Amino acid sequence: MKTNDVILQTTTKVVFFIIFLFSIHIFFAGHYTPGGGFVGGLLTTGAIVLLLLAFDLKTVQKALPFNFTIMTAIGLLLALGTAAGAIFFNVPFFTHAFDYFTLPLFGETSLHTAIIFDAGVFLVVVGSAITIIQSIGGDS
Amino acid sequence: MNMINLLLFPIIIPFFTAILLLFFKEQVRIQRVLTVIGLSAGIAAALSLVYKVKQDGIQSITLGSWPAPFGITLVSDMLSALLVTTTLIITLIIVIYSFSSIGRERERFFYYPAILFMITGVNGAFTTGDIFNMFVFFEVLLIASYLLIVLGGEKRQLRESIKYILVNVISSAFFVITIAYLYSVVGTLNMADIGDKIASIGQPPILSVIGVLMMLVFGIKAGIFPLYFWMPGSYAAPPVPILALFGALLTKVGVYAIMRIDTLFFVSDLGFTHTILLVLALLTIAAGCIGALAYFDLKQIIIYNILIAIGVILFGVAQMNEPGMQGAIFYLLHDMLIKGALFLLIGIIIYVTGTSNLREMGGLIKTHPSLGWMYLVAAFGLAGIPPLSGFVGKLLIVQGGFEHGRLFSTIVILASSLVVLLSVIRIFVYAFWGEPKVLRPSDRSIYRRMMFPAVLLVALSVAYGVGTEWIYPYISDAAHVLLNPDSYITAVLKE
Repeated sequence: MKTNDVILQTTTKVVFFIIFLFSIHIFFAGHYTPGGGFVGGLLTTGAIVLLLLAFDLKTVQKALPFNFTIMTAIGLLLALGTAAGAIFFNVPFFTHAFDYFTLPLFGETSLHTAIIFDAGVFLVVVGSAITIIQSIGGDS
Repeated sequence: MNMINLLLFPIIIPFFTAILLLFFKEQVRIQRVLTVIGLSAGIAAALSLVYKVKQDGIQSITLGSWPAPFGITLVSDMLSALLVTTTLIITLIIVIYSFSSIGRERERFFYYPAILFMITGVNGAFTTGDIFNMFVFFEVLLIASYLLIVLGGEKRQLRESIKYILVNVISSAFFVITIAYLYSVVGTLNMADIGDKIASIGQPPILSVIGVLMMLVFGIKAGIFPLYFWMPGSYAAPPVPILALFGALLTKVGVYAIMRIDTLFFVSDLGFTHTILLVLALLTIAAGCIGALAYFDLKQIIIYNILIAIGVILFGVAQMNEPGMQGAIFYLLHDMLIKGALFLLIGIIIYVTGTSNLREMGGLIKTHPSLGWMYLVAAFGLAGIPPLSGFVGKLLIVQGGFEHGRLFSTIVILASSLVVLLSVIRIFVYAFWGEPKVLRPSDRSIYRRMMFPAVLLVALSVAYGVGTEWIYPYISDAAHVLLNPDSYITAVLKE
């Protein structure tokens, strides 16, 4: 008998975006409130896992055509690059910089290089977690 | 440009190369070229770091421009600079050896990135000046070594990797618990600051307990007497180049950590902590000697020789006097080189004969004379025959033992050299003398390509022994910092 997942799949299509937006919110909130790259990455992974539960592996791979190993590598490069940027200014490794900018739409915002490092952590967490899930789930 | 970040380069360069390699999973040729370039750049950086430390004294930097005890400090004194350089050189040679011996299937599944990530961890552990950061670097090197030990997925590798991971997870948990105890007593994680604080409160008994716990943790990593049980099985499972990396580098990180904490932290109650270290070192030597004589398996004989060397080094450290400490450092560097060389050579013997059982081989000197003579030179170097590299280190260690008035235990060290010589000459006699056995067909050009890095490493160890006079000032500087922790503390805290 062919099972019919229409309720699960329809709910997933809505809930996925809510979880994803929440993970982005958590990611950006990390500097002043609880959150940051690690939990943000795990929440995004959680959203993708929900897709995997509702649909099958092939469909999700078609919808998100990323190589997650490469995503991990890019994340590592971002993190290392942010930290190593300090070398070019001859200050100790990992010295971050921040300043206030007046952006259109956002107004006065403080931008910190730590966010790039966090983006690296985010990509590494998503990349490695999805790689684990795909390689365990992919065999059967 | 005044490079204040120079001491980070031996850590960052392998790390960066490893990340780049992740983009070229299937292109084995690009991976090989990038690995060699990355390691060569790392060696260049490490050599200039040695030069810089020799010129300007201890280099230290606190990441993120924070003041010293509050940020993570990386410290490069002469000992860690020398260890970092040796690590990178040995890795480069073993990587070249892997080109012709590890096989394409392993190369395609992140073999080179795993090696480079492991080197990142090893160099980081040698350079860090923060006890929790040392834990993190230990995990970096261990997790990469988990991959290397299981890569290939043979039945034996799977079985031994479970043991290896289990033992190391437990010892890592002990490490965290010990750091927690230490933090609750002294309230800081910066190693120089911990040394300073312990010196000012004069090591109450709880700190001696923590000292013994640390010895337990690093003893599992280094394989000292009652804690070496995992090593013979686990190290024999992976292919020879990985075995050579593990044997030359991983246990030595544990030895380095014991050297560092026993000279920087726990120096107020030497009668307790260092007597334990001395007794454990002697028992380690005894266990290693028994194992080295008991087996007819090439790999096992050399693996038990690792134990003997660790015992000898820690015996030198336990003396806490100048010749003992210099000898320990000399012997540590010698042992990294010579163990790498020996593992590469027995790897070639195993490739040529197709077995690691001594009873099934013989007469190799007729067909492979250069291999035979190289092996003999390496064996004499290991035992400490005068012009070769093992001599000066052991001489200084023995001198340190006699100066400390430890007559009996020093004679044990001397006697252990005979056992070492006997165990490796037994390989020579069984494998190279006697009636030639029928060899399985092997490729002569692969044999030559495998010989090249092995000969290079033997030559390096010979140069290390012959050039003692030239190397001695560096060793002396390294021992000076270990015996005068104040210079380390001042360099970090800049008081």
